[in-house]
Amino acid sequence: MRISVEEVFETVKMTLDHHFDIRTVTLGINLTDCMDRNFNSFDARAHERIVEKGKLLNRCARIIEQKYGIPITNRRIAVTPAAILLEPLPRKKQIAVRFAKTLDAAARKANIDFIGGFGAMVQKGMTGSDENMIDAVPQALSKTQRVCGFLNLASTEAGINMDAVVKFGHTLRELAERSENGVGCAKIAVFANAPQDNPFMAGAHHGAGEPDFSLNIGISGPGVVRNVVLQNPNCDLTQLSEVIKRTVFKITRAGELIGRELANMMDIYFGIVDISLAPTTLAGDSVAEIIEAMGIEQMGLPGSTAALAMLVDAVKKGGAMASGNVGGLSGTFIPVSEDAGMVRAVRAGTLTLEKLEALTSVCSVGLDMFAVPGDTPAEVLSAIIADELAIGVINNKTTSVRIIPVPGKKPGDIVHFGGLLGSAPIMKVAKTASHRFIIRKGRIPAPIQALRN
Amino acid sequence: MAKKKAAQICITTVTGADRVGIIARLATIMAKANINIIDVNQKILEDYFVMTMAVDTANATINMETIKKRLDKAAQEMSLKITFQDENIFKAMHRV
Repeated sequence: MRISVEEVFETVKMTLDHHFDIRTVTLGINLTDCMDRNFNSFDARAHERIVEKGKLLNRCARIIEQKYGIPITNRRIAVTPAAILLEPLPRKKQIAVRFAKTLDAAARKANIDFIGGFGAMVQKGMTGSDENMIDAVPQALSKTQRVCGFLNLASTEAGINMDAVVKFGHTLRELAERSENGVGCAKIAVFANAPQDNPFMAGAHHGAGEPDFSLNIGISGPGVVRNVVLQNPNCDLTQLSEVIKRTVFKITRAGELIGRELANMMDIYFGIVDISLAPTTLAGDSVAEIIEAMGIEQMGLPGSTAALAMLVDAVKKGGAMASGNVGGLSGTFIPVSEDAGMVRAVRAGTLTLEKLEALTSVCSVGLDMFAVPGDTPAEVLSAIIADELAIGVINNKTTSVRIIPVPGKKPGDIVHFGGLLGSAPIMKVAKTASHRFIIRKGRIPAPIQALRN
Repeated sequence: MAKKKAAQICITTVTGADRVGIIARLATIMAKANINIIDVNQKILEDYFVMTMAVDTANATINMETIKKRLDKAAQEMSLKITFQDENIFKAMHRV
């Protein structure tokens, strides 16, 4: 049956008016076979492979974009976690920093805007190489533009590595001080239960268990979902959930088609479609505004958590029907600075850090892109992180934290990060918190949920 | 005799205000590129004039990028929005 005018128009309108796009195509690259006791040999091999594959990714993505008329907004690369790659090399901070610079240079040469994988899996303990890499984070991320970092600090199977959480609090402070407005901190996310095939930055990396290359797609259309919710102002919530499901089904099918064809063209393995709703700073492309379209007066007011829970569930159901390869994070991002509706809610006082944390318990992906005063003590940063990771560990899901301490700013000030990162009001946090709890260190044991065998 | 190439259907979509000469202009662009028009439909949807034109690009003499450039030029001159997409994207989204 030929496609009708109405159907064509629905798709065209999604891209023209509601910012529907393939948010990212992320190429995972295995670099373990590049490892060497000699840094220069390792470095040259890694650089060559990233540049070659990055250029191929850009070339193929452009052809597919033309063919289907759906914008592919970002082309990214995720590599094997750096801490693993650096294992055979001397435990010197400068070596890790040099490798970050190589990643940065390779990404620039291949015209890739972000490259992920400067990170480590340390949910249970840290190797010497892991510690060295974490020590290098402030320099590595403040001296590079395109490199993104991640740390998996907790998992349901291992519990929470509080030694690493405490260490990271100090790392974050140092990184904030080294970069303008603390923006370096926007390039590193810490996780509980980090997925190894997540295509979204800052947490993307090419995990163990992945093939040599894999292509993962992040698909996103908050604007499309918001529009469909606005068009159904009076239906009950069951019906509204159905409407959202159907819309997400359609956009996920588009992602699946594009991902599969792109992977075929590059002759590599097609990994997953991540169906997370990811807002951008563009007007209308906001998750908070979907919640408000559902009938919540402003994001953060009572009802927000229930509305968000329903939204995320409808997105998952529609997406799971549309693709057999749904994976990655597949939640809903509620970053503060990147979502105009979230920023408005913080400024109006309806959205506080505490409410944001509650929202993340139903949506994944965690406390994202929120700014706090630069003089927030490292222990308080660690405590905020530990709280969020606990939600992920106990509920068997991914949670992450991307927190930006902005030097010299007070609660209520606005900081502009620029570009995709948007701007954020500084949120109020306690100056003292739980110092004695944090300095105990150790590991919060794996919860009883871990014993499933 | 050369083997007949499999059809490669693309859909051109025009939205904007209706006026004289839209189809004529598109038809000329397609004919010059040896692209066969298969089907044309138009409707008023949500106050938009919407026209879709299904074409077969299997024997096109220019690539997709060039077709798009020519369509963009026509769109600008006639104050319309014109998109040009492979039919499979619509099939994927609207057919199970």
